[in-house]
Amino acid sequence: MATKVEMPKLSDTMEEGVIGKWNVKEGDTVESGDIIAEVETDKATMEVEVFDAGTILKILVDEGDTVPLGELMAVIGEEGEDISDITGGGEAEVEVEDEDEVEVESEDDDSGEDSVDEQQKDEEKSEVEEEEDKDKEASEEKKDEAEKDEVKDKAEADDEEDDGKLKKPGSDKKQKSTNGKQGSENGRVKASPLARKMAEEQGIELSKVQGSGPEGRIIKKDIEEYEPAAEPGMETSREDTEHRVSQMRKTIARRLAESKYSSPHYYETIDIDVEQMFEARKQLNESIEGKISFNDIIIKACSAALRKHPMVNSSWQDDTILEHGDINVAFAVAIDEGLLTPVIRNSDQKGLQQIGEESKDLAEKARNRKLEPEQMEGSTFTISNLGMFGIEQFTAIINPPNACILAVGAIRDVPVVKEGVVAPGKRMKVTLSSDHRIVDGATAAQFLNTLNNMLQNPLGILL
Amino acid sequence: MAELQFREAIRAAIDEEMAQDEDIFVMGEEVAEYDGAYKVTEGLLDKYGAKRMIDTPIAELGFSGIATGAAMNGLRPIVEFMTFNFALLAADQIINHASKIRYMTGGQIKIPIVFRGANASAGQLSATHSVSYDSMYAHFPGLKVIYTSEPADAKGLLKSAIRDDNPVLFMESEQMYGLKGEVPEEEDFTIPIGKAKVKREGSDVTVVAHGKMYHIATQAAKKLAEDGVEIEIIDPRTVKPLDVETIIKSVKKTNRCVIVDEAHPFGGLAAEVGYLIQREAFDYLDAPVQRVTLPDTSAPFAKNLFDEWLPSPKEVIDAVNTVTYRK
Repeated sequence: MATKVEMPKLSDTMEEGVIGKWNVKEGDTVESGDIIAEVETDKATMEVEVFDAGTILKILVDEGDTVPLGELMAVIGEEGEDISDITGGGEAEVEVEDEDEVEVESEDDDSGEDSVDEQQKDEEKSEVEEEEDKDKEASEEKKDEAEKDEVKDKAEADDEEDDGKLKKPGSDKKQKSTNGKQGSENGRVKASPLARKMAEEQGIELSKVQGSGPEGRIIKKDIEEYEPAAEPGMETSREDTEHRVSQMRKTIARRLAESKYSSPHYYETIDIDVEQMFEARKQLNESIEGKISFNDIIIKACSAALRKHPMVNSSWQDDTILEHGDINVAFAVAIDEGLLTPVIRNSDQKGLQQIGEESKDLAEKARNRKLEPEQMEGSTFTISNLGMFGIEQFTAIINPPNACILAVGAIRDVPVVKEGVVAPGKRMKVTLSSDHRIVDGATAAQFLNTLNNMLQNPLGILL
Repeated sequence: MAELQFREAIRAAIDEEMAQDEDIFVMGEEVAEYDGAYKVTEGLLDKYGAKRMIDTPIAELGFSGIATGAAMNGLRPIVEFMTFNFALLAADQIINHASKIRYMTGGQIKIPIVFRGANASAGQLSATHSVSYDSMYAHFPGLKVIYTSEPADAKGLLKSAIRDDNPVLFMESEQMYGLKGEVPEEEDFTIPIGKAKVKREGSDVTVVAHGKMYHIATQAAKKLAEDGVEIEIIDPRTVKPLDVETIIKSVKKTNRCVIVDEAHPFGGLAAEVGYLIQREAFDYLDAPVQRVTLPDTSAPFAKNLFDEWLPSPKEVIDAVNTVTYRK
């Protein structure tokens, strides 16, 4: 039976003593009456005498340590005796404020599991398996043996239950020591368990989230409303989707690839003053039934310009160039599945109102996929207008077998210089893509100039 | 469905069970000649006679002992306590004998008794007549404890309690005996012991409330709904065995929980439910579980103090606001 050597009361007023010197070391054999240590009290240096014979099994305080009255200093007993009860219990009592040290010490006795101290002796007698994981947050989660608890039997079989073990939060003791070591000052992030789980699932780093709960606790709402700052490594990967290629898209792909690969495209852009065209349309729409769109005016103007520049209204045929007699202007209509190019035949011979009606009808049919094949065939020139999307300028791919395509941009309000004075004006950029095999740069430029003149003075096209 | 008062629902349960099992008898103070202190057993003396409707002296320990002995010998007593506040004397028979005999005889002797009566406070009755005993009795293995809030639950669960071969404490409230509610008329309507009921669906907070407190929770629910907060009210109905599954399922949905309990806070149903939630739904909690209970103080007599003492809808609203971080 081991004997405790505690700090003796060596004077009436003594409350603590300083170990001046140990005369023995662990493993030494002592006899009753031996002086094992010298202790400095408030009055003098006194000798500590033992009353039991045996082996010094453990010395718990060092020379120079201040030891309160009655505190365990050493243990005497038989060699090899298990004294974990004494040292474990004794230390826990003494060093109750620093439980981590208790844990460290008790590992000498029990390497696999934490020693069971007072606080763990709850009704559950849980066996705590230490995770090897050094991460503090992870180590808070331990697996307890499943309880033989009638309530548990009724409880919903949890997702996290495996091999009869329930995942549970750490014991009271561990939480206490965690709190002691990690205050909110040194980086511990406060978050509700739900917020913590959600963050983990969504790959959100909790330290980057602003908590709105008490003392900055991160709660469900904060995770839901969290928007990650754009930074490398924060992108979340979403699944790719494969779309079936529709017949229409196959056709678009084939025809435009063929066009772009085989016909040498080049581009010319001109910025047209459309102030008068703008006014003319306004007046026209006030006087006629139905509405004339800008696009209708452009179709009409192009048709007139094509009549003057027949090479633009041609097709490449390898050995010959076919100059078309008719002027059939197509215009691109965007629909969900792709785009269609209905054709207005002999557009140079039709009035604005008729072009307006036809284009409206054709566009409507295109959107409803009701166009007849012949309504999309035989174009000699194409117009693509992205002005309604606010596109200022773009280049289009020639619609075969046309020689050219006109890409029409948005009408912009811009400051212009008129007779040396800055004034508000309206401008529209158009870009002509031409097949260099048929149309040379100068030809294209002349066509654009004609178009420019017509749109600047729209009354001319009405003739 | 028939609209019955709470007392009528209990009476119907007793009457129907007595009619089909001659081993059942009722015993208690003034249950026969006077029709019961709260008129629960009205008319049953005429119907079943003095042998099965037995008036006792004011001696709870004695007649609880008689009932326990009768149950050991194969009868199925229903013991009425005028209130469970008067039944502390009988606690020795209930806790030390009725709850343990089946266990101590290795299951050879069944104890089919129902101890029923009013529980908890009923206005200004002062400290000794205002205690809620359901959590206390639920502490002991071998006892089942039921504290219902509505007539239909009372009828269905009392019938199950009478048929149970274990001692069941069936609790009512003086203040709820006149409460009316729809009760299914179908023959042999019973509700299994240990099944909670989601009585109001909501997405924001799970509120667990039973007995009289259920009605406090519904009042709070109305006010909170005006404010856009939808609470889900779960009435456990049976305190033990507790239907943890239903509560946990709801908490996993709402992520927040408030328990309203008419007992004192220490070691009561609210504490138990809170523990179970943190154990079974830890990762689903967005806020610490809150509880609204009596304070750790006996009932005061003065009206103003009593009103302060008893859990109120406002306290429930405050707790809901706390768990939703609205305050």
